[in-house]
Amino acid sequence: MKLKKAFRVWQRHFTVYTKLYKSSLALNFAEPVLYLVALGLGLGAFVGEINGVPYMKFIAPGIVASSAMFAAAYECTYGTYVRMTYQKTFDAILATPVNIDDLVAGELLWGASKSALYGTIIIIVISLFGLVDSAYIILAIPVLFFIGLIFAGISVIFTAIVPGIDSFNYFFTLFLTPLFLFSGIFFPLDALPPIVADLAFFTPLYHMVNILRSFAYGQIQNVLWDIVWIFAVTLLLAPLPFRLMRRKIIK
Amino acid sequence: MNIVTARGLTKDYGDLKAVDNIDFEIAMGECFGFLGPNGAGKTTAMGIIYCFMPPTSGEVMVFGMDVKRHPARIKSRIGVMPQDDNLDPDLTVFENLVVYARYFDIMKNESSSIARELLEFVELSRKSDVNIRDLSGGMKHRLLLARALINNPELLILDEPTTGLDPHSRHSVWEKLNHLKSKNTTLILTTHYMEEAEKLCDRVAIMDAGKILTIDSPSGLTDKHGGNLEEVYLKLTGRSLEA
Repeated sequence: MKLKKAFRVWQRHFTVYTKLYKSSLALNFAEPVLYLVALGLGLGAFVGEINGVPYMKFIAPGIVASSAMFAAAYECTYGTYVRMTYQKTFDAILATPVNIDDLVAGELLWGASKSALYGTIIIIVISLFGLVDSAYIILAIPVLFFIGLIFAGISVIFTAIVPGIDSFNYFFTLFLTPLFLFSGIFFPLDALPPIVADLAFFTPLYHMVNILRSFAYGQIQNVLWDIVWIFAVTLLLAPLPFRLMRRKIIK
Repeated sequence: MNIVTARGLTKDYGDLKAVDNIDFEIAMGECFGFLGPNGAGKTTAMGIIYCFMPPTSGEVMVFGMDVKRHPARIKSRIGVMPQDDNLDPDLTVFENLVVYARYFDIMKNESSSIARELLEFVELSRKSDVNIRDLSGGMKHRLLLARALINNPELLILDEPTTGLDPHSRHSVWEKLNHLKSKNTTLILTTHYMEEAEKLCDRVAIMDAGKILTIDSPSGLTDKHGGNLEEVYLKLTGRSLEA
């Protein structure tokens, strides 16, 4: 894999994105803000505070994390699949000096970039809402990129093995939605049987929520192990999307 | 000098031998055609030449380099015009060329003027800012040809360059290809149009079921076997090409 060739693929996505961003950016930014406002104000009126934190402020960092997750996941499932199958963009690219590994790396880097971008936009939004105590939140942006790499990687793995585009429903309903609900975004996991928290430890979003919450509240000493977890899983996962895509494309 | 040399080239898909132990050489400046019905192995043979898939066994050298060892270096000197439209539907005609040039590390300051020249060459200058969706089939074919030329390739590979085109568009593509030939670009194409093979090719390989039945010039084949190329094909394979 050559980073420069992967960057060429990234550039292609960036060129297309800068043409179309007005429609897609607004949508991606609307949904998390809806959750924040509806649950933060609506449910928050009943819940009041969690661990001494006003409810809207409690959920805000998790909304950043989940936006980052969904951004990479959509890009590297539906986006990658359409490029690979319907548009045959992959075939066109593979006839150039870019090889399959460069191409997969480009997809992953682009997915991660979208995570960082969408996460950053929500960070700006929650900062404007006054839901962030600490400027340390800026340190979360590079971490958003790495969590994006993880979700891009998982999504590309799935894209390489699904029989058709409809199968992504399973991925979202059975994998991402449970993560969204049980990663401590909306309530602390100790409210549930301990098995839920034990399972959550093995999922990436849970660690990202911890990191963002700690950075938003200025408690950065809490996050070391979450960051180690994310880097370790990024590395551990890295070979799989390449291997499976090679098998899928190179007949 | 040979641009492509294949020895004992075989490609298996499970039990199916898509290409079955074939040998051929393609000389610099030559137009070489793979002729045969669907499923004969033409597209697979070409896919291996442009390093899209590796051979199962045998050796293929392009520009004196092994396709298994130097795919990126080989591909940087090749242009590929695919059978299917794989233009980027999110980009305009001009952007398609400039973005494609980047994969060859040709950056915009250089690629803009190349793209304009190529659009002139394929008579699409007026469509420069048009979306791909708004092009006719013939225009897409010509744009695919322009895109294949973006890196000024020494070897141009064309998979059924005129299939599905009306006679006028077909002649227009042939005219461009003849022009490239006159500039000493080596051409390799697949076709199942006899007329195309006779008009363009210096030599053709007649393929059937993964094997090359014979390689000769179109006129050599008709001299040897009598009749026109269509009848030669029928005689060699026992089948009609259009089937």
